[in-house]
Amino acid sequence: MTAPAPTASATSTIDTAEVAKFEAMAAEWWDPEGKFKPLHMLNPCRLDYITRQIAAEFDRDLAAPRPFEGLRILDIGCGGGLLSEPMARLGADVVGADAAARNIPVAEVHARQSGLTIDYRHTTAEALAQAGEQFDAVLNMEVVEHVADPLAYLTACRELLNPGGVMVCSTLNRNPKSFVQAIVGAEWVMRWLPKGTHDWRKFITPDELFDLLHKAGLEPVDRTGFVFNPVRWDWSLSDRDLSCNYVTTSLKPR
Amino acid sequence: METRFDIVIAGGGLNGSTLAIALASAGFTVAMVDPAPGTADDSGDFDGRSYALSLASVRMLKALGVWGAVAGTAQPILDIKVSDGRAGEGPSPFVLEFSHHEIEEGPMGHMAEDRHLRPALAAALDGVTLFRGRKVVAQEAGDDGVAVTLDDGTGLSAALLVGCDGRHSATAERAGIRHTGWDYGQSALVAALSHEKPHDGIAHQFFMPEGPLAILPLTGNRSSIVWTERTENARRINGLDDEGYLALLRPRFGDFLGGIALAGKRHTYPLALSLATRFVAPRIALCGDAAHAVHPIAGQGLNAGLKDIAALAEVLGEARRRGEDIGRIDVLERYQRWRRFDATALAVVTDGFNRLFSNDNPLLRGLRDLGMGAVNAMPGLRRGFIREAAGLTGDVPKLLQGRPL
Repeated sequence: MTAPAPTASATSTIDTAEVAKFEAMAAEWWDPEGKFKPLHMLNPCRLDYITRQIAAEFDRDLAAPRPFEGLRILDIGCGGGLLSEPMARLGADVVGADAAARNIPVAEVHARQSGLTIDYRHTTAEALAQAGEQFDAVLNMEVVEHVADPLAYLTACRELLNPGGVMVCSTLNRNPKSFVQAIVGAEWVMRWLPKGTHDWRKFITPDELFDLLHKAGLEPVDRTGFVFNPVRWDWSLSDRDLSCNYVTTSLKPR
Repeated sequence: METRFDIVIAGGGLNGSTLAIALASAGFTVAMVDPAPGTADDSGDFDGRSYALSLASVRMLKALGVWGAVAGTAQPILDIKVSDGRAGEGPSPFVLEFSHHEIEEGPMGHMAEDRHLRPALAAALDGVTLFRGRKVVAQEAGDDGVAVTLDDGTGLSAALLVGCDGRHSATAERAGIRHTGWDYGQSALVAALSHEKPHDGIAHQFFMPEGPLAILPLTGNRSSIVWTERTENARRINGLDDEGYLALLRPRFGDFLGGIALAGKRHTYPLALSLATRFVAPRIALCGDAAHAVHPIAGQGLNAGLKDIAALAEVLGEARRRGEDIGRIDVLERYQRWRRFDATALAVVTDGFNRLFSNDNPLLRGLRDLGMGAVNAMPGLRRGFIREAAGLTGDVPKLLQGRPL
């Protein structure tokens, strides 16, 4: 007796189960009160910064419909698509890249649910650069403190940019305050992040990051703090306080 | 016909229309579903209804380009006098006076008549898709939007449905949002009067044992009254002919404006406090009376609705600039956080005032007279009340500061 050939219905059953799993994971990624709550809390602030920097660089009016139409944007470490989806909603042509393969179908399922088209790929900045991909903007948010060789990584990011393109790069400052906030506060006390998410020794001071950006052939043009206010229980942008979370903008020279 | 919008608004009253204008001006595609059949017209037939718009509300209508059409027919409120009284006795010697000279921003508000405000709003609705004479009968919130069904079977979809459909909001009910509150056992008798002497732009609030009587200045020698009585009395008074009605009103009103006559239709509204337990649900937001219907004691009902609108429009405008999904609960909760405390506080304060003042207990009378006398003697506290009533306090949304979104 020969084994029965897989039928269409068997295949679709497998797909349905997979899809259900991914849907559950997408729901988890996108639950504002769930596992990724700290990211959801920070997200409006990150988006304010990113959208304003891109709009300023490419002379776009954020009050207009689909202001990022015609811009190609790369979101590195896209996760469930918390930045990719807003960029797509603003009209950009978005590639979301993540080194964790499991995130890709999850992000895809959620984009479909949201009625958005986003090109999610299981890949790295280095691989995309090698393939000769080019973007108008690269979003490099809370990634650089996790990579083994920040300079090689930032160099790949520069290669991914069109001349005149913009990279937004955020990370965590390295000082006693950031140790207390990001490690003791966020990981040990609030349990916002799993213990061991961050290695404080890999945090980078703004001056070190500017230095790395220069060495990578980029021209840093802005640095801004993300500041958590424990009374209002929300994040805001600050010109002065870069003591913990902060973000930078740099340009690829024309 | 276009059936996909950013936002569908259920209800086309003053709140719904103002929200539609604010959102359209912020660049959203908006549909407004209004059960009322046609557009209101400025026929000049006065139905007696008018609104006390705070200074902040006026600024907002200016920013939305609506005020120009209303300004000429609106009466500035220059002073507010509050006193305790009994029918036939006139006001007590303890009078609390608020004067616009105490704040630098000018008049504390304006009285605008319904017949002028409604058409001014209707005329500013270009860019809004209108479904007049239709109502929303079903809504289904989903991942990428909310499906809205109208009573003629038309299906609309949007990122967000806003219920501006009043204190018995069907939008809230369908979303499973409950209301808490109670009936005051009081009704408001509302009418416009003409009188012999000029009112000098002064608004009066007389606290009577049966309930407060507000006399609010309209243009010319006319005033609007909000006369609160126990519901059974109100029903009886409303059953009287105009002369009988005036005969009962005169001893309460007093003779400080000379002879009085009716200058429009009479209305009666039962009073109840009604607070939504939540102002938002996934893809649903509530504004105005749908979220919080308060006692009209301080004339803050419409002003509170306009605050909701200004806050919601600002939250949604910011979310859109970020590329966020405007119907997601985390975006909508920013609106709720902004407004719910304020709206609840207003409900509690107006309720408390009403309980304190709608009472003939001699001890309470003595206390409130002393209280009013004390507030009157403290200019700082008095200014605080004026700024609160004018809408100048707290975290004021941009539109209420007169700034565009």
